[in-house]
Amino acid sequence: MKNQKLVVVGAGMASGRMLEHLFETAADAYDVTLFGAEPRGNYNRIMLSPVLAGEKTFDEIVTHDAAWYEQHGVTCRFGETVTAIDRERKTVRTSQGETAYDKLVIATGSAPFIIPVAGKDLPGVRAFRDLDDVDAMVDAAGKPGAKAVVIGGGLLGLEAAAALRLRGMEVVVLHLMGHLMERQLDPAAGFLLQKELEGRGIKIHCKAQTKAILGEEKAEAVLLDDGTVYPADLVVMAVGIRPETRIATDSGLQVDRGILVDDQMRSSDPDILALGECVEHKKTCYGLVAPLYDMAKVAAKTLIGDEAAFRPVETATQLKVTGVTLYSAGDFAEGDDREEIVLRDASAGVYKRLVLKDNRILGAVLYGETSDGSWFFDHLKKGTDVSQMRETLIFGQAYQGGAPLDPTAAVAALPDDAEICGCNGVCKGKIVSTIKEKGLTTLDGVRAHTKASNSCGTCTGLVEQLMQVTLGDAYNPAAVTPMCGCTPLGHDEVRRLIKSRRLKSIPAVMQELEWKTSGGCAKCRPALNYYLVSDWPDEYADDYQSRFINERVHANIQKDGTYSVVPRMWGGMTSSKELRAIADVVDKFNIPAVKCTGGQRIDMLGIRKEDLPAVWADLGKAGFVSGQAYAKGLRTVKTCVGSDWCRFGTQDSTGLGVKLEKFMWGSWTPAKLKMAVSGCPRNCAEATCKDIGIICVDSGYEIHFAGAAGLDIKGTEVLGMVRTEEDAIEYVAALTQMYREQGHYLERIYKWAKRIGYDEIRRQIMDDAAMRKAYFDRFVFSQKFAQVDPWSERVSGKDKHEFNPMAVVTREAAE
Amino acid sequence: MNAETRNWVEIGELSDIPREGARVVKTASGCIAVFRTADDEVFALDDRCPHKGGPLSQGIVHGLSVTCPLHNWVFDLSTGLARGADEGSVPVTAARVDNGKVLLAADDLARRTAE
Repeated sequence: MKNQKLVVVGAGMASGRMLEHLFETAADAYDVTLFGAEPRGNYNRIMLSPVLAGEKTFDEIVTHDAAWYEQHGVTCRFGETVTAIDRERKTVRTSQGETAYDKLVIATGSAPFIIPVAGKDLPGVRAFRDLDDVDAMVDAAGKPGAKAVVIGGGLLGLEAAAALRLRGMEVVVLHLMGHLMERQLDPAAGFLLQKELEGRGIKIHCKAQTKAILGEEKAEAVLLDDGTVYPADLVVMAVGIRPETRIATDSGLQVDRGILVDDQMRSSDPDILALGECVEHKKTCYGLVAPLYDMAKVAAKTLIGDEAAFRPVETATQLKVTGVTLYSAGDFAEGDDREEIVLRDASAGVYKRLVLKDNRILGAVLYGETSDGSWFFDHLKKGTDVSQMRETLIFGQAYQGGAPLDPTAAVAALPDDAEICGCNGVCKGKIVSTIKEKGLTTLDGVRAHTKASNSCGTCTGLVEQLMQVTLGDAYNPAAVTPMCGCTPLGHDEVRRLIKSRRLKSIPAVMQELEWKTSGGCAKCRPALNYYLVSDWPDEYADDYQSRFINERVHANIQKDGTYSVVPRMWGGMTSSKELRAIADVVDKFNIPAVKCTGGQRIDMLGIRKEDLPAVWADLGKAGFVSGQAYAKGLRTVKTCVGSDWCRFGTQDSTGLGVKLEKFMWGSWTPAKLKMAVSGCPRNCAEATCKDIGIICVDSGYEIHFAGAAGLDIKGTEVLGMVRTEEDAIEYVAALTQMYREQGHYLERIYKWAKRIGYDEIRRQIMDDAAMRKAYFDRFVFSQKFAQVDPWSERVSGKDKHEFNPMAVVTREAAE
Repeated sequence: MNAETRNWVEIGELSDIPREGARVVKTASGCIAVFRTADDEVFALDDRCPHKGGPLSQGIVHGLSVTCPLHNWVFDLSTGLARGADEGSVPVTAARVDNGKVLLAADDLARRTAE
């Protein structure tokens, strides 16, 4: 079969998924050429709303990048539009000439429907379809006080409206029908949704017939039939889509609303397949992703001559607007032969409605509380007879059978192909079968063998529940989690024993606490080294061989083995002299990338390891020291300009930030420690999501702690108020020392605080002056040994061996 | 082949390598990581993790193993085989210490060049 030529027109989600299936089963069956009108690879179009809202970046939604296509030998011709198909000669034509095919796949998707009113072509009128639209909308939202009118109150229009509102625009939604999302929602749920969106400051105008878009050079306003005028800098048309069928029509294929296809995804020409939003199958066009993926599977099989047939299934809808929970599935129109069950809880904003016919669920609409959505949907698909549970049906799965609520029941009920770990793409079936095959009983075991919960860790709870379901009593999550495979002891016991038995070296710890391995492992060694540094600052000799490479060479290793370097900029302040020195270093060492970090400093990336000491020498001459951007230790103190410059500033936040950073730099902590000081409650330094933050107010300083803005997002807890800068520094240092002495290695302050209890921390730091003073004194003592700039040490020759090869062996010597 | 009949290339002093650490030897066909254990044994592996190309010389050395700094794969220093559940291996170059000098096997070096 090799060297059959497959030409694919359209590089969207449907064709991307089809190529995946094709390469999985028959990687060499075809030479593939892929044409895409958009000048970029394939991305997850349904996730454009979160990109518009600023909740995700474009890179996060890319599904197939250039490397993927290259790896699979696909010839990509992005930005090149196919203008004609010659079915006689089996070629497609573009501006670059003709390309021959044996099989052709049309996956041109759909085009936004633009309502034919005056002014529809003015600049400022956009659809919401691709990344260019998103970029244009983000641009428009950047203007202060900018106004947007979204035409269309369906799924797409409302996602656009909510996202634009999040970006600060004044937003009006115009909707032709009597209530929002009429295809998915009944009037009651539509009303609840409207109230919610209005509560966010979005104006909703239903039964709105657009008459014209007004404006001379660009869109300025939208005029309705009833005479209402809404000013608009941006008009978003989101009234629907129509299948993009032009090349199919021109080449004489059978086209009705979409390109007509049979169950095998073949068009009226058997050598031409079509799939995705551009096709019509048994009088239906599809716009949701699940059926498109089913088509992709079928098309891939048809291409390699396997049998398969597309069978449309019911799909459920969810609105991707953060904070709105909405679920609808099936058919929920009223009718004489239909019954309904409705649950309303106005104060909780919950509305649930099931439509039944002959004791089977026909449709479901859930608003405000949707956790039973997939359970209802499952019964809908299976056509379950619900007469036995009808009385309690609306209350959901947990109320069936009278069994007590079991948190693992939901996990047990998931189908085998449900994805548990999104980072590594591991589904439930894989985890369960691996637990059984390998006889795994620990979370670490599951991580090692399946990679689930091995990256970001947010699915850990689910994985643990799965283990419980699979193993039953054999799984004991309450047992102390050992530090690592080298010891049965947990972090707390190890820390306690280090102090009580006065253990002062790694070999001593391993000997006394009966380590099972001779030299530990890459998990326990850095932890022990930190505990010893923290507990015996004056006596313990830091063991560099037990530190992760970044802390050993004082730079951040990158994926290609080069390093990045971040010098300290105290409180985020810099000067022309410093910037000039950085510019000179970048030029001198040909540093390929320079980037501003989130902590108000400058990162130089792509430096060769051998160059590091010379780079530091030049930076050191300009007065720079290491920013410790690689350390489990104090990173940055972010500040706003405070009373020095800002008309709202209540205190010298920049000055306090610089003082804190100068006092605390160099200290090692269980995990990284990021701080911020804001000069007023407007909080421009974002102190309320930091490990430790300070908000200045007229009467003093409000100290915050235990925030997070990484894997988890969590606002800070308030520690308390102090009157003076000196107090603020003392309290912050005492809190840091308490964390240093009690935290588990790699445990961020918010996790430590949750484990210890916020009140207990407030009691020790705010209420118990003697305790606070003791913590503070121990911190000051420890700093005496910690505040040595590691870069200048290495410029003067320390650890030279780290940066140079030991030897160079020439070919001759080897032979 | 045993140590007596093999040819060896001297690359430096044992004391050049930190205990539980590694140094890099550059060759015409890529870098070799030369490891020194806590017991002063030496081992040499290609300085390239089979997973994502991480430099093994930068990893933490523990017992007779090294952990890759990029994604924590663990390799047996004597066999080059991945430990635990990961599957993969790194080419080994025979290494020994003689009179305080670190030596690498010439035939292994030559084989790397030839490949």
